[in-house]
Amino acid sequence: MSDPAIDLKQDFFTLFDLPRRFKLDDVALDQRYRDLQSQVHPDKSAHLSDAEQRLAMQSSTRVNEGYQILRNPLRRGRYLLSLYGVDTQEENNTAMPMDFLMQQMEMREALQEAVDTQDLDTLDELSDTTRDETRLLQQELAEQLDFKQAFVEAAGTVRKLRFLEKLAEEIADAYDELDP
Amino acid sequence: MALLQISEPGLSAAPHQHRLAVGIDLGTTNSLVATVRNGISVVLNDDDGSALLPSVVRYLADGSLQVGLAAQAVQSEDPQNTIVSVKRFMGRGLKDVGEVVDLPYRFVDTPGMLQLRTAGGVKSPVEVSAEILKVLRDRAERSLGGELVGAVITVPAYFDDAQRQATKDAAKLAGLNVLRLLNEPTAAAIAYGLDNASEGVYAVYDLGGGTFDISILRLSKGVFEVLATNGDSALGGDDFDQRIYCWVLEQAGLSQLGVNDVRLLLTHARTAKEQLTEHMQAQITAVLSGGELVDVTLTREAFYDMTRNLLARTIQPTRKALRDAGLGADEVRGVVMVGGSTRMPQVQRAVADFFKQTPLTNLDPDKVVALGAAIQANVLAGNRSADDWLLLDVIPLSLGIETMGGLTEKIIPRNSTIPTARAQEFTTYKDGQTAMSIHVMQGERELVSDCRSLAQFALRGIPPMVAGAARIRVTFQVDADGLLSVSAREMTTGHESSIAVKPSYGLSDEEITQMLKDSAQHARDDMQARALREQQVEARQLLEAVDAALQEDGDLLDADGRAAIRASMEGVRFLLEGADQSAIKRAVEALNQATLPFAQARMDKSVSSALKGHKMSDLES
Repeated sequence: MSDPAIDLKQDFFTLFDLPRRFKLDDVALDQRYRDLQSQVHPDKSAHLSDAEQRLAMQSSTRVNEGYQILRNPLRRGRYLLSLYGVDTQEENNTAMPMDFLMQQMEMREALQEAVDTQDLDTLDELSDTTRDETRLLQQELAEQLDFKQAFVEAAGTVRKLRFLEKLAEEIADAYDELDP
Repeated sequence: MALLQISEPGLSAAPHQHRLAVGIDLGTTNSLVATVRNGISVVLNDDDGSALLPSVVRYLADGSLQVGLAAQAVQSEDPQNTIVSVKRFMGRGLKDVGEVVDLPYRFVDTPGMLQLRTAGGVKSPVEVSAEILKVLRDRAERSLGGELVGAVITVPAYFDDAQRQATKDAAKLAGLNVLRLLNEPTAAAIAYGLDNASEGVYAVYDLGGGTFDISILRLSKGVFEVLATNGDSALGGDDFDQRIYCWVLEQAGLSQLGVNDVRLLLTHARTAKEQLTEHMQAQITAVLSGGELVDVTLTREAFYDMTRNLLARTIQPTRKALRDAGLGADEVRGVVMVGGSTRMPQVQRAVADFFKQTPLTNLDPDKVVALGAAIQANVLAGNRSADDWLLLDVIPLSLGIETMGGLTEKIIPRNSTIPTARAQEFTTYKDGQTAMSIHVMQGERELVSDCRSLAQFALRGIPPMVAGAARIRVTFQVDADGLLSVSAREMTTGHESSIAVKPSYGLSDEEITQMLKDSAQHARDDMQARALREQQVEARQLLEAVDAALQEDGDLLDADGRAAIRASMEGVRFLLEGADQSAIKRAVEALNQATLPFAQARMDKSVSSALKGHKMSDLES
């Protein structure tokens, strides 16, 4: 059964039939994603009119966008805050706790050194640390969003997570560079 | 033919309503067409029974051309006009194509995509590819007995936007309705996965004649989800030939060969490569145009040595794809081998070493892509409900735009599931600025100069405002074919302007129309020749049928009746050898008319013999 039309205006939690929370049922998200794509994917309407194909592309694009946002904790947190009308100010708010900034600087220096000395072991270590830190911050974000409704603090946590995401990207680039 | 159309009761003469759709593997070395027949995907053969059409086109001075084996056979004699491996040039400029010095073509450096000067005129790779596709389309329509509703054309997963667009243009030029551009490894996964009802993570290692792809897919409950893809769109079996060729030059102390000798030695190199799959050594013996004899022996070991770094160039993207998928090599449940080049023992060994398991080779690596494409074409044409499976593919290379200082900013990251879109807002940096230039790039590198330029366009008509006040929203949309379109809109004022941008490398619709017009004359000639052939076949079949019927049931007619039919048959026979299709057609119709009473008499006879011994009541139940 294919119907390329979905309500493009509804928010992603509604679209995916999930409660509007940070903690999320991954299995339900995956299942709902597949169900939705089975309904709207352009492959289902390749034999239909141009208008229906265009509609399918829009719907399928929207479903993909929602899935990408909901399954990524940082993007999900940011999105949830935007639904609550809170801007995470990632571009202009650089007020960060000193210890966090210090830790970031140290990790970046270590990363640069690992690249310079082609030290894959240190790279592995940094990668593990970044992942652990990220996981801790995600738990904090879940508390702030789902239980405390502490949106201003949550926005701060999103900004920290953005730092870590950038660091993770740089680590990935470093792997590419050392192991081309 | 009135005589032959007596079908069994209960069986309809017309096949049930089935929309004819095919999958086409437009390969660097060979191309194939497949379709789903009675629920099974089959490759369609040509009249001589071969499935593989060599992707070779030869242009002759009189405007005619040869495609396939005929062209391949003369490639050494007429190398400049005989285009092989044209896929390597699709969507590529002259500067993108390395090692052009050793290719015997007369390149024309045209913006966007190079062209080739041949005896038949200057041809773009799109036109050359279209000739290959036309032959396959013709083969399919003759074999299936009707016009195609559409085709799925496969492309290397690592093809960028320009290469994909060029492929789609070629299909359009060949008169094909493109249902979808499908990534080759994904097509192979469909053929393989549906065959084996597999679940889990699979890697598809696809080394073709000129391209390499690695795709990591998760198969579960009818969902084919591509997790990551990587590759090299300029690495394939051709490079292995080139290595042998260079080695031969070195061994024989040759340099500065003419184009014919280059092609000759490349052909020998390829044969030697194929021999080394079965044998420990291969003899390369050739007489060059100047009379020099080349006679060298290549051992498997030497061949392995000289191609080791080519193999490394496939393992490296494999590692990257796994990393992008967030998986280790040990989490891969099976490795599917695709492409004729995976027959080389050293390739199989390298893959086995990397994944620590024996790769799967139970489907013919030359055919598996076309078979999978046909299965998908059958679904896309609407012949069966696609509820059974869902295909989620990705874009292979990041899309971005040029920012200040020649850097790229990624807008859509690689391995995003398609279709996908991303909107980005831009603003002016000068007071009163009314236009801005946007440069779209594809690739993973930081510097614009290291990425592929896809399109450069100007947004005009921005209302004059102070710097930073205008808000221009640019939307990048990648469709299910992996093709990009860009549109832009000014958001601040009520005055909204929206433009759709067709990337600059592709052919504009007008250009395609012009090409279609140019080829229309040619096509008309082709069509007439084809109509004549078909008419001749039909006439011969009718003659045979009437002959057989006369021998069997001639006594149903009197002597005059038989003579009338024989006279009419003579008329058909006489015209059959001529080239006047409509005259043959009229004679065939006359013969059909003349045999009507005979057909009626035979029908009566067969009905009465069928009823013999039955009472009417037996028949009514």
